[in-house]
Amino acid sequence: MGGNLLEVRNLHKQFPIRAGLLRRTIGHVNAVNDVSFTLGTGETLGIVGESGCGKSTLGRMIMRVTDPTGGTIMFDGESLSELHGAKLRHARRKFQMVFQDPYASLNPKMRVEHILAEPLLVNGVMDREQARERAVRLLQRVGLRESDRLRFPHQFSGGQRQRIGIARALALSPKLIVADEAVSALDVSIQSQILNLMLDLKKEYGLSYIFISHNLAVVRHISDRVGVMYLGHLVELADKDSLYQNPLHPYTRALLSSAPVAKRGVQRDRIVLQGDVPNPANPPGGCPFHTRCPQAMDACRTVKPALRQLEPGHAVACHLY
Amino acid sequence: MKRLRGRMKYALVWFSAAVLALFVLLAVIAPLIVPHDPNAQNLLTRLKPPVWLHGAKAGFLLGTDNLGRDIFSRIVYGSRVSMTVGILAVCLSGAIGTLIGLLSGFYNAVDQVMMRIADIQLAFPTILLALAIVAVVGGGMNNLILVLGVTGWVPYARVVRSEVMSIRTSDFVVAAQTIGVTETRLLFRHILPNIVAPIITIATFQVASAIIAESSLSFLGLGVPVNVPSWGNMLSEGQLYLGTAWWISVFPGICIMLVVLAINILGDAVRDYMDPKTRLG
Ligand SMILES: Nc1ncnc2c1ncn2[C@@H]1O[C@H](COP(=O)(O)OP(=O)(O)OP(=O)(O)O)[C@@H](O)[C@H]1O
Ligand code: SF4
Ligand SMILES: [Mg+2]
Repeated sequence: MGGNLLEVRNLHKQFPIRAGLLRRTIGHVNAVNDVSFTLGTGETLGIVGESGCGKSTLGRMIMRVTDPTGGTIMFDGESLSELHGAKLRHARRKFQMVFQDPYASLNPKMRVEHILAEPLLVNGVMDREQARERAVRLLQRVGLRESDRLRFPHQFSGGQRQRIGIARALALSPKLIVADEAVSALDVSIQSQILNLMLDLKKEYGLSYIFISHNLAVVRHISDRVGVMYLGHLVELADKDSLYQNPLHPYTRALLSSAPVAKRGVQRDRIVLQGDVPNPANPPGGCPFHTRCPQAMDACRTVKPALRQLEPGHAVACHLY
Repeated sequence: MKRLRGRMKYALVWFSAAVLALFVLLAVIAPLIVPHDPNAQNLLTRLKPPVWLHGAKAGFLLGTDNLGRDIFSRIVYGSRVSMTVGILAVCLSGAIGTLIGLLSGFYNAVDQVMMRIADIQLAFPTILLALAIVAVVGGGMNNLILVLGVTGWVPYARVVRSEVMSIRTSDFVVAAQTIGVTETRLLFRHILPNIVAPIITIATFQVASAIIAESSLSFLGLGVPVNVPSWGNMLSEGQLYLGTAWWISVFPGICIMLVVLAINILGDAVRDYMDPKTRLG
């Protein structure tokens, strides 16, 4: 692991809520709220949280397919949030994405060979012949056969398609891959195959991953560090073992206690949260979690806790600490 | 059963292709095969029925019209006008409408302007608009093609626009962005190939309405000149004689129907062919 590959500072995304005939903006959804973290070269950061907490929006902002409404993204020494047009297109080769739905993420009208060669061709990295050869090598690297190159996406299973999606992300030899729920749509038996493939590729190419998932076990399997999101906020960020063995934030504790336990006979006290996740268009003041937190205090309702480093490799945003 | 249906469909597609090829061939070699000058009038042979009916006159296969002109020869010549107008007008309107739809669906600013214009244009029936333009710029086949081509873009633009809007947020389009394709390539290589099916559907309907629009405009004296035989001209001229000499309008009508049907079936086949799922599945 080297220096920082990615540095996200105070990243913010508000989606306007429009209504009425004139589509006037009547409010905002705070999808991502003041999120900061760093990612080292060769590191895998897992992002977990319930549906709607802003995981995908965060990933898409880092991929520069969604424009942030605030904050900065430094990637490989360059300020990504300031790149546009041709410069941005050029920079894109260094960060790629793997999508959740392997059915929706491959162009149904393109043969696999074309899907894998296109990144190389549009970026002028290689000529047609070389790109074709590389497409075949990529295909083989992710565990498919050379003869698959002329087939169309619908002729593959979900797991195979996800392999194609991974091969496409690899084509440009990126430094960072953001995987948004990359295995959530797959059968459990296929999930571990894909995860292991991703782990192998990471070692082989020195990749860094941001691995987004709502599945705690999957994130634990693949990550070096894990960030927990709640209502657009990053509430806890820690080394994997530290987070899973010693969760500090009350939300992380609740999340971990509700996950199925791997070993039979291991008893764990379930923390059942009261109430629903607040509406992100109308978030509570103070700590975003105070409406459901079993340990909420007076200060929690008015003062928003900052993400603070509590011990090396473990930061949490909570007034308890 | 399924196999039988598949075979029937296959046969039908080839039959349609043959019909269309036949009409195209007729149009091309018209002067070589017509037995009579399509405009030669002869009062002695007025309103003769087709050869298989009582009272027919030898040499006039499909009978004659009220001026004694040979229906068969006129149909063969008429295929030139109808096919050219129908196909070229649809290519033109399809190209214009698809382009506008792609840009509207992708760029909000274009959308604001173009959909206003489409609303205004839709307030007038296409045929009325075409009529007004033809009245100003003059008739003739070229103008007819241009006018029908330019006025027919709205249905394509609307459908393409809404397809683009629903597809542009899909993952494979986002994926194309992340690998760094330009917006032009995104529109034409990723989005367009995925929305050809509805475009073809509209186009096949529009061929029919272009052929019919040609006949309406010709009927009003604003399309091709009266001395040029076209299926539209024949259809409208024969209307007065429907009770007594049905063959004047029925044969060109059948031709229109055959061509339109053949184009529809071929359109379906092309659509299936373009979809890898049905081609290889
Ligand atoms: N394009 C958009 N326009 C408006 N609101 C959006 C948009 N995309 C996301 N949101 C909102 O932002 C919030 C965060 O969404 P996001 O998709 O990032 O969550 P997520 O954590 O990825 O959820 P999931 O686990 O369901 O994928 C949600 O409240 C969502 O409704
Ligand atoms: S800050 Fe207060 S409300 Fe928020 S998690 Fe900590 S204890 Fe609970
Ligand atoms: Mg998501």
